Order: sequence, then C-alpha cells, then structure tokens
Amino acid sequence: MSQDSGSRIEGRGTALPEYLLRLGDDRLVLGHRLSEWCGHGPVLEEDIATANIALDLLGQATMFLRMAGQIEGQGRDEDALAYWRDENQFRNASIAELPRGDFGFTILRQFLFSAWAFHHLGALATSANAELGAVAAKALKETRYHVRHSSEWVLRLGDGTAESHRRAQAALDELWPWTGELFWQDEVDAELRTAGVAPDLEPLRAPWEAMVGDVLARATLTLPAGPMRMSGGRRGRHTEHLGHMLAEMQIVARSHPGAKW
Amino acid sequence: MRENSQARALGILDTVKDPEVPVLSVVELGVVRRVEVSGTEVTVTITPTYSGCPALHAMEQDIESALLAGGFERVILKTEYAPAWTTDWMSDPAREKLRAYGIAPPGHVAIDQLIPLGATVRTVSCPFCGSANTTLESEFGPTSCKSLHICHACRQPFEHFKAF
Repeated sequence: MSQDSGSRIEGRGTALPEYLLRLGDDRLVLGHRLSEWCGHGPVLEEDIATANIALDLLGQATMFLRMAGQIEGQGRDEDALAYWRDENQFRNASIAELPRGDFGFTILRQFLFSAWAFHHLGALATSANAELGAVAAKALKETRYHVRHSSEWVLRLGDGTAESHRRAQAALDELWPWTGELFWQDEVDAELRTAGVAPDLEPLRAPWEAMVGDVLARATLTLPAGPMRMSGGRRGRHTEHLGHMLAEMQIVARSHPGAKW
Repeated sequence: MRENSQARALGILDTVKDPEVPVLSVVELGVVRRVEVSGTEVTVTITPTYSGCPALHAMEQDIESALLAGGFERVILKTEYAPAWTTDWMSDPAREKLRAYGIAPPGHVAIDQLIPLGATVRTVSCPFCGSANTTLESEFGPTSCKSLHICHACRQPFEHFKAF
C-alpha cells in the first residue's frame, strides 16, 4: 500500500506536488467533514459559521490542489484530484477524516487543527516558492478567524455546564493522540526544507502547544498525558472512516463524469 | 488609442457588480487588480476575496461576457494571490454606497487580537440610523464577508461588511 508514495517521491521532482496534496487534502477532507453540519448545526448562527468555514477550507484546498496538478503536469485539475483518487492516494492527516462526532468533537478538532495551520501557514508564507507563499498568506488570513471562532467555543464548552465540559474533555482525550501526525515529517519535507520551500515543523511544536495549552487551561480542560498514535495518513494509510466519507463525496462526480450544471 | 481602450475596458468592468453586493463593482471591490489591452484582446488580472467565495465564479463569467459584449474579441482572465485581498482597498465612495444600501461598511483593518476570549468587540454603527448602540449577533453571515448585528436604537438587524 505504501510503495506508491516511496517510488513517486524519489528523484523525480515530485516532492512539491506531494507536499501540495498533503496541504490540499487536509483541507478538502476536514472541510467536507465540517460541511456535514450544514442544516444540522446546534443553532442557526453556528450552522452558518461552520458552513462558511467549510467553504474557506474548500477554497484553500482548491488553491493547493490546483497547484499540485499544474506542477505534476499530467493534466489533472483540482476536481480530478478531489473526485478521482481513491483513499490510499489521499495524503491528509488522519485527524481530518475522523467522523464529525458531536458539536464538541467538531469544535475541538477545528481548534487543534486551526492552531496548527496558523503556525504552519505563517512559516510557509515566506516560502522560496513565491506562488506557494502567496497562497499560504492568503489562507493564513482566514485561518486567523478560524482559530478565533473555535477557541471561543472551546472556552464556552469547556467552562460551561457539567455536560458540555464532560463532552469537550472526552473529545479532547480522543483527538489529542492524533495531533502527533501534524508534526510528522519525511523525505518530502526534508527535500523541500533544504530548498527553502517548506518550513521545518519541529520548531512550530512549542508555540502550537503554548497556544493550545493557554486556551485549554482557560477552558478548564485537562491536557491528556498519553502517547501519540502511530498514523500513516501522509503516506496514504488511513482509518476505515475515509473510504466511507469519499464514497459519499465522490459518488455524484463518478456517476456522471464530466457533468456540468 | 491604447489609453482609450484601457479606459473603455475599465468602464465596462465598473458595470460588473458583485452578485452578492450589487451596489459595488468588481473594480470598487478591489477584485480587479490590472487590466491590459492589446488590440481587441484584454487581459484582466483578478484576486479572490475569500478563497472559498462562491460569487467569484459568477464574477469571472460576468467579467468575460461584459467585455465580449463591449466589443473586445478575446478576454483572458488571470488569478493572482499576492498581495492578498483586503477591504482596505475599498474607496470611501464605495464604502458610502455600501452604507446607503444598508450594509455597514468595513472599518480599517487592525490586526485583531487572535484569541480575544471575552475582549470587547469593535463597535459597528447602524447603517440605518447611525447609532453605535449595536451588538454582534454572529461573526458569520449569509456570505463569508459579512457579519450579523442588531441595532438597539432602531431595532433593526443589519449586516456588516467585515474588515478583512
């Protein structure tokens, strides 16, 4: 299952499109999960908020996947990449594909991811690849208010009622081990780091933990102490949940190839 | 000659409105960054407002059809991401048009405190009665660019074009 990524990365200048798939897939998959709240939000304002943030993520995925397709040069545009790849060709971190859970789970995931994306995109904005830097800077502007929206809710849920606190803590306990993958790096990162195209993720860990820890403490939530999970999303090894999600996301495009409306 | 056709293209683009905010043109909105005319061919460089803005596709189509209808034979659309779009590009007359239409115009962009957690939210004046006695209902409105507010003086709900 993993031999595809190994052979694709080596010496054929495929590190950048591979990296762009990771950036794009995180947002495509997380954006789809968030869009599942459309029509089901706990209150109308949050229904609208989650749909708007899902749209931002989809827009960011479009920019990254379009670039990936252009650099790859095999005639695949962002739609082809979104709808015609199978789950082992997706490169998102696994945390993005977990089922949306309750509103507390959704909010905690948005918060942990957005805080990571805020630091990652901030470092990526100075990329030696000017186009990638520009797209990262654009996405960063939106990510700022994604962090604000989710952190305000983490505070309300964590420091709210006994029930909201219990659910928020349970969500955090379940999500926390998946955050390790956000800092996982391989030869793709190494090659691009040497070229000044992508940042080293390791120095971003401490500021991310500080931001996350500050909000969680104010929300009276306890940081789990357990170990991080081993996970292989960046190499195309996913949980059972991604395939089910893609089946729903891709069925219209695959049932009616090339359809326009 | 070239200046004339450049001005003519810009004039045409100033008639292409944002489908969600039909008092502002794509030029006033700052979406159109550059216009280059070469003979009967025109190249328009645009930048997206929000990366997921669904109105962008409509604007691209409207730009193309308006220029074709205006006598240009070929329209090339280019997208540019840097510098990232900001509401600071909106002129004062454009802001006044928004207010007259019933949407509170954006203030100037300050680097918002990232995680305000209980900090006060910037005051937005009611576009109908001018009162500052308003509260934020939701940071997210019908489109990404607008938030929802209520005026306690005239008891009107209203939209605010967010500073971004």
